[in-house]
Amino acid sequence: MYTLSNKLRLLSIVLMVVGAVGLVAGFLKAPSTIDDVKEIMAAHDAHGGGHGEATTDAHAAPSHGETEAHGDDAHGGDAHYEHVLHQLQNKPWAALYVAAFFFFMISLGVLAFYAIQYAAQSGWSPVLFRVMEAITAYMVPGGIIMFVILALSGFHINHLFVWADPEVVAHDKLIQGKSGWLNGTGLVIRAAIYLAGWLAYRHFAVKFSRKQDEATDDTWYKKSFKFSAAFLVFFIYTESMMSWDWIMSFDPHWFSTLFGWYVFAGLFVSGITTIALITIYLKSKGYLEFVNDSHIHDLAKFMFGISVFWTYLWFSQFMLIWYSNIPEEVTYFITRIDDYNITFFGMLVMNFIFPLLLLINSDFKRINWLVIAAGIVILCGHYVDVFNMIMPATVGKSWFIGLPEISAVLLFLGLFIFVVFTALTKAPLLAKRNPYIEESKHFHY
Amino acid sequence: MASKVIHALYTDDDVLMDAVKATRKKHYHIEEVYTPFPVHGLDKVMGLPHTRLAITSFIYGCIGLTVAITMMNHIMIEDWPQNIGGKPSFSFIENMPSFVPIMFELTVFFAAHLMVITFYMRSRLWPFKEAENPDVRTTDDHFLMEIDASHNNEDELVEFLTNTGAVEIKIIDKH
Repeated sequence: MYTLSNKLRLLSIVLMVVGAVGLVAGFLKAPSTIDDVKEIMAAHDAHGGGHGEATTDAHAAPSHGETEAHGDDAHGGDAHYEHVLHQLQNKPWAALYVAAFFFFMISLGVLAFYAIQYAAQSGWSPVLFRVMEAITAYMVPGGIIMFVILALSGFHINHLFVWADPEVVAHDKLIQGKSGWLNGTGLVIRAAIYLAGWLAYRHFAVKFSRKQDEATDDTWYKKSFKFSAAFLVFFIYTESMMSWDWIMSFDPHWFSTLFGWYVFAGLFVSGITTIALITIYLKSKGYLEFVNDSHIHDLAKFMFGISVFWTYLWFSQFMLIWYSNIPEEVTYFITRIDDYNITFFGMLVMNFIFPLLLLINSDFKRINWLVIAAGIVILCGHYVDVFNMIMPATVGKSWFIGLPEISAVLLFLGLFIFVVFTALTKAPLLAKRNPYIEESKHFHY
Repeated sequence: MASKVIHALYTDDDVLMDAVKATRKKHYHIEEVYTPFPVHGLDKVMGLPHTRLAITSFIYGCIGLTVAITMMNHIMIEDWPQNIGGKPSFSFIENMPSFVPIMFELTVFFAAHLMVITFYMRSRLWPFKEAENPDVRTTDDHFLMEIDASHNNEDELVEFLTNTGAVEIKIIDKH
């Protein structure tokens, strides 16, 4: 049995407290009037910061060639300041949303990976099942938090979703046409269905796995196999719809048909990376003595492979839109390349080039510290990827990684560590009666 | 000088693996093992050095990538500049996304084909080459281990191999 060390518990609580305080400060610091905005922007100019203050409407076509000019000179009047005000008010909310979704998607990715292990009756992975089950425990608090944030956004308590603003919709033919799907009630009902389905599978899968420990035959294993296969069918549909609802609808004019797969690849690789990181951590603490180098090697192979798969989907989406150059589609990438250049290309380096070069070598996949280094870069890269998907439509050019962004990550990181490692203490670390456990223990590549 | 080898035949890959392990433990010299299909982990048990084919594959991939970049730059940008996707910039880097599929395909093409050719050359295989395996049954359902017998007591070796589960043992004079 694993026991949560006081040091780790303290760390998670400190992270949560620091994150919560920072986030509250971020909300309080957000300007509430136009005068505040003027003050902030004046202060920025005084710093001589030539980083082109926010001017363009993030929701309108951003390609009107006005990228680097200082807003104050180009736009007169208060309309512009009001716009920046909305963006800056959105900033802490968007930061909260990105971090909440990022940690939720890790546990969701692990759940999908776990279901695949069962559905495929894989023989190498049962020694890692308890780690996976613990990571998916975060889905319960993480899912509830996501649901609350979604409900607040869907009913226009904050301004994250443009389509939730009745004033915007009144003047927008395209959103009007989509409002049968994109409305607060629909969003909340669908989110409830997705979350209920995922959490129900998680509940039963973990329960069956615990019961299998004490069983004399494979009944519970077979049940879990059936549940997992059914879940995977449910998952791939709901995951795809989730990605439209929770992410793609930030840019309601824009759509991409492979967006669901793209988000899936991101959450899948983040989940697998987290399994590898936590497994290596537990091994370094003397637990999981039955996990050998070959298991780490296989996880690292998945990290490498799914990173390349993610890049393939990213590029498939990018190249078609870039090549056809249709205005309503290509604005999505123009915004990102113009206003988010460093994060847009930076995440490509972190999510593709770095893991490609580091993990291509077979021997490197067995060196724990290299896997950890690659894993941390991949996780940061996918955080930036989520950031890139959400920020341009919510805060536009007023983005920077500041107090609310960092605090939100710390808050959810603390919660994640606390929930996952507490869940690890709840069951023996070896699923001892799994029919493939012997094969898994002796797994040798 | 004629060198002597012993051919020990097995009918099961697990038995063969154990036999190889035991033979190596006794420090008999295994010349070669012939199997009808690749036996997982046999190379490690035999103590063969790790294959360097992966390194050659990486090098070939890099060559393919370079060929693709040079080729596309020459064809589409320099020799006959093309308007790509309504973006007549005539710059390689700005049009690079449209060349990525070709770069990818040529990387794979070079890596795969040159790797196969390298493997054939390294294994001394070419069309119409006569088979080297000493017993046709190794292409069907038998496994054959060839052990050097000139420096060991033959009878002892035969007895040892019988105990490892060999179904047939032959002493061969190689010339």
